Amino acid sequence: MVNWKRKMIKSAKNKFSTYSSSAAYIFLAPALSAIFVFFFIPVIAAFIISFTDFDIYALGDFSTVRWVGFSNYFKLFDDPLFWQALQNTFYFVIVTGPVSIAVSLTAALLLNSKLVKFKAIFRASYFMPVVTTLVAVAIVWRFIYHPKFGIMNYLLSLISISPIDWLGDPLWAMPAIMLMSVWKNFGYNMIIFIAGLQNIPEDLYEAADIEGASAWNQFRFITLPMLAPTTVFVSIITMIGYFQLFAEPYIMTQGGPLNKTLSIVQYMYQEGFRWWNMGYSAAIAFVLFFIIFVGTLIQFKLQKSDNT
Amino acid sequence: MNIKKILLYIFIGLTSILTLVPFIWMLSASFMADGKASVFPPIFFPDEFVFSQYETLFVRLSMARTFLNSLLLSFSVTVISLFFNSMAGFAFAKYRFIGKKKLFNLLLSSMIIPSQVTMLPLFLMLKSIGLINTYMAIIIPGLANIFGIFLIRQYILAIPDSLIEAAKIDGATDFQIYRKIILPLAIPILVTLAIFTFLGTWNDFLWPLIALTDDSMYTLPVALANLMGEHTKDPELMMAGSVLTIIPVIIVFLVLQKYYIKGIMMGSVKE
Repeated sequence: MVNWKRKMIKSAKNKFSTYSSSAAYIFLAPALSAIFVFFFIPVIAAFIISFTDFDIYALGDFSTVRWVGFSNYFKLFDDPLFWQALQNTFYFVIVTGPVSIAVSLTAALLLNSKLVKFKAIFRASYFMPVVTTLVAVAIVWRFIYHPKFGIMNYLLSLISISPIDWLGDPLWAMPAIMLMSVWKNFGYNMIIFIAGLQNIPEDLYEAADIEGASAWNQFRFITLPMLAPTTVFVSIITMIGYFQLFAEPYIMTQGGPLNKTLSIVQYMYQEGFRWWNMGYSAAIAFVLFFIIFVGTLIQFKLQKSDNT
Repeated sequence: MNIKKILLYIFIGLTSILTLVPFIWMLSASFMADGKASVFPPIFFPDEFVFSQYETLFVRLSMARTFLNSLLLSFSVTVISLFFNSMAGFAFAKYRFIGKKKLFNLLLSSMIIPSQVTMLPLFLMLKSIGLINTYMAIIIPGLANIFGIFLIRQYILAIPDSLIEAAKIDGATDFQIYRKIILPLAIPILVTLAIFTFLGTWNDFLWPLIALTDDSMYTLPVALANLMGEHTKDPELMMAGSVLTIIPVIIVFLVLQKYYIKGIMMGSVKE
């Protein structure tokens, strides 16, 4: 069906598009020039800045900027705070990513079950955190995690767990941020998984039923493999988003305690916009880009090797 | 009803409520008098409703201005980017021109570049032309967006070319075709993208934090983050601020959730 549609579009396109390519450029001009000037040029400029010692003096007088080669990158390599930020961010991504995806998939399976009615209400409440303003919910959670008066410790006290200083304890601060992030984000991937589940042909399950396959085996041998492309897509966007962790620690812990929640983007922000070490900050931004790029490649590769 | 079904309902019901607990607590704490939300065990419903926190926000902290900043900026970015993105999406969907495929692939693959990379040079650029701490500082980076162009293009691809051809034969100009045929047919995707852009701008934090330096220019998230620094011991006031920030977003979502959810599903479909 799609093929037939595409063919039709193609044959019609030949006629239509022959007269009017100049109109295309006019339609493209506003968006593309905005993207070029305010996205592509800054990317290139950031790359160049990362090889200079651009700092607060350069803000006043550009002529003081000097080319320093790779020294910002070398400096990063020796910067314990950067390693800490890197470690924290990886810790966050590696734990929160899979957990969010698992929670999303579970929620999607629940909502996709034929037994459940009133799906729209449940879906809306699961989804609510996704649309809300991150800064505002981070503030709400900061009070939820309050060691004395917070709801979290109250709920735990009901099952007689003694109070935890969630955001003040170096051990617990990052897990606290992780839990909040899972709550905030799982609804988004849940929607994508629901779409994926609905694309799995019903007769596969019917056939499995006839063969007497258990629910778990149906999940294991039909649902999971059929969802594989969706899962790769979801993993990539989730990973890209989580590597950019910023507002949660900024609001909830300011990167503390003992820098245990300082993230890469937060460190970039501090170096660039608090201390105006812009050359150094640009280098951090490019390391982040590099990590995301490699992460995406790895996930694509993993999927390819899975398929063959 | 069998047991399995009942258990399923209990589980879904409980987890749904649990998901909403932070919002319920936020809302009720925002109507409490000073200190009432700092008690153990926490109370979920105020014994008396007071509006003093909201009064403080609007009278003493002039949050009305902040609210209007957020509203105005989200609205402007949405309208302008919808216009820019839809034209570009139309061109990519229905025209043939040199380098189209390459250009489109370049745009798509650059979606992987995190926006933080652009922020330093963008700040320097806007500073050098005196636009830091103005509305333009927020509007300019939001003029067009690659994801938006992609989403609209996908949608317009499915509009039959015969409609466009018929209009051509009747002597319609390219702009008339865009205006009279494409835009009306693309309304569902435009609504979807409008919600994405509006909420995205409303919720955005890092860039406004960098680009807006003056209290009177702040958007809600920046003002809220700033307020948090001074009022760490006033949960009631901070909850009122959070309610003010979140309520418009929740209303937009509840009214238009059909479009929003469709948009997420569309965005996840690879060609």
